[in-house]
Amino acid sequence: MSKSNVPMLTVTGLKRVFDVSAPWLNRVLERKPRTFVRAVDGVGFSIDKGETFSLVGESGCGKSTVARLIVGLYEPTEGSISFEGVEIGPAAERAKHPDIQGRMQMIFQDPYASLNPRWRVGDIIAEPIRFRRLLKDKKALDDRVAALLTQVGLSPVDAAKYPHEFSGGQRQRISIARALAGEPEFLVCDEPTSALDVSVQAQILNLMKDLQRKLGLTYLFISHNLAVVYHVSDKVGVMYLGRLVEWADTQTLFNRPQHPYTRMLLDAIPDLDMSGRARVPVAGEVPSPLNPPPGCSFHPRCPFANERCKREVPKAIPVPGGAVACHAVEEGRLPPWKAQAAA
Amino acid sequence: MSNPKLLEVCNLRVEFPTRRGTLVAVDDVSLDISAGEVLGVVGESGAGKSMTGSAIIGLLEPPGRIAGGEIRLEGRRIDNLPYTEMRKIRGRQIGAIFQDPLTSLNPLYTIGDQLIETILTHLPLSHAQARDRAVKLLEDVGIPSASERISHYPHQFSGGMRQRVVIALALAAEPKLIIADEPTTALDVSIQAQIIALLKRLCREHGTAVMLVTHDMGVIAETADRVAVMYAGRIAEIGPVQDVIKRPHHPYTIGLMGAIPTMTHKVERLTQIDGSMPRLNAIPKGCAFNPRCPKVFDRCYRDRPDPMPAGSGLAACWLVEEKAHV
Repeated sequence: MSKSNVPMLTVTGLKRVFDVSAPWLNRVLERKPRTFVRAVDGVGFSIDKGETFSLVGESGCGKSTVARLIVGLYEPTEGSISFEGVEIGPAAERAKHPDIQGRMQMIFQDPYASLNPRWRVGDIIAEPIRFRRLLKDKKALDDRVAALLTQVGLSPVDAAKYPHEFSGGQRQRISIARALAGEPEFLVCDEPTSALDVSVQAQILNLMKDLQRKLGLTYLFISHNLAVVYHVSDKVGVMYLGRLVEWADTQTLFNRPQHPYTRMLLDAIPDLDMSGRARVPVAGEVPSPLNPPPGCSFHPRCPFANERCKREVPKAIPVPGGAVACHAVEEGRLPPWKAQAAA
Repeated sequence: MSNPKLLEVCNLRVEFPTRRGTLVAVDDVSLDISAGEVLGVVGESGAGKSMTGSAIIGLLEPPGRIAGGEIRLEGRRIDNLPYTEMRKIRGRQIGAIFQDPLTSLNPLYTIGDQLIETILTHLPLSHAQARDRAVKLLEDVGIPSASERISHYPHQFSGGMRQRVVIALALAAEPKLIIADEPTTALDVSIQAQIIALLKRLCREHGTAVMLVTHDMGVIAETADRVAVMYAGRIAEIGPVQDVIKRPHHPYTIGLMGAIPTMTHKVERLTQIDGSMPRLNAIPKGCAFNPRCPKVFDRCYRDRPDPMPAGSGLAACWLVEEKAHV
């Protein structure tokens, strides 16, 4: 099997269940049942080398849990994660491949919480290098840190400073430098710009694109902002209550969205170009993941739901450019999407 | 002008005295809002947009204080009123909606108690009448089975529903002006769309003017009639929303618009404004935007520009004056 044909990352049937039961004593005394949240419920996708795959969805849909499962911060309850064909899902399997673990890194949302305030920036960035024993010599290490800082648009003298001396955007640059220090090929970015202002967000997104081109990085990009996702992604997956409801390449998803939830999301974005445009207000809210609706979890908010949607969980069916999990699409009773560009 | 101004802010200056010197959070800001108008105030964090809102409603956190300028509501000065006088205006004449609906509701009281208290404080109604009005308000903001929900506590509501309750509270005494400070920032995009639609509908029905403070240009484009773009405590540009978005004059506004990813056309790179907004203790001399401005010239380092007519609005940029001379 040649390596080039295998996707960089393949996820199949990924599940993660969290036990959120009341403490044991309360359960015994108050006769409360055990409760579980199915944060991720059967998610599958694959990412090719050098591309950017985005997961998008509203809060609580499980997109961050997927990110954490992939980098190994959580262990999957079920399902497989394979990196270049090597299974790394269960923690025991992952432990056998420290080299693979080193080839993936994560960038977190909050640049104020993800940097140790007591460490100098140079030490923060050098940590992955020290941990993986990539460079032994002190001089080489300092040079590498200086090169990384320059690469993310900071100055080598910043290595001696502490994180509090930097603004949010600069801190996110430090996070990126730290992620790059271990020479990864695969970066999981969990809402890397949602804590930043728009002008700084543009800087970080441009930097990430430049680095991807220069270093041939592969990104899994997690965001709730569809405009940002449209800008950075090659492929997009839309999540709702722990399930992937639709995935497709970016142009297909944004120009011809199939799933009613994707359409609803696209319709809900405030648009700069159409001031005063009347939008179809979306009814309802995301149900509690503790007690998701049976069948298709979107059916209480879906204008096209019928009896089958309330009973049966839809399976993903391939459509041109991607796949969609919707009974209405399968049965062909969904009206065509009005092309946004024409409006 | 035939249309009387509801709110006029003239040369407002907000200062924070600290041990290391006085920080100027809002510097020489002038704006006005007509009755029933939605004025968007947009800017990045630290631009002074929330401070302007807090100063108008008289809720500046000490040691912050209004150090200069005037705020007039229907021609009457309200920036120098004593605390008790200001309390009567707050809620009755000016309502407020804040970013986080959980912290703006008291978790120990039912939403009914909180609504009824607000109504009784400002309107001459009996308790029973106030309760009827509270139910009516909750129905107005789209809370299903309002007569039952009125006896629920804030934690029993979802984020979007809580923000509806906060809007009901702000509207309780039929104020003429609502200061909405990032009302949809804490909400998901589908809920955000609902809340914006609701706010627009209610303000049209009640004829309420809104000062909408947000960092989201998309929300402004959907909602506002005019927009003020703030940078480092000052107004960079102010004008009708379409003109500011489509034909911005100030280089900061131009950069800001290019920095926003859009879904109508795919670009390889976003326009980038290098650097970041100066900290309040290090605002550059001259135009505060000069270190980041792509079109900077010598005068920008020397003199501070005031808003001057540009197109159908005002822009605080020497380039505008240069163009006018040519």
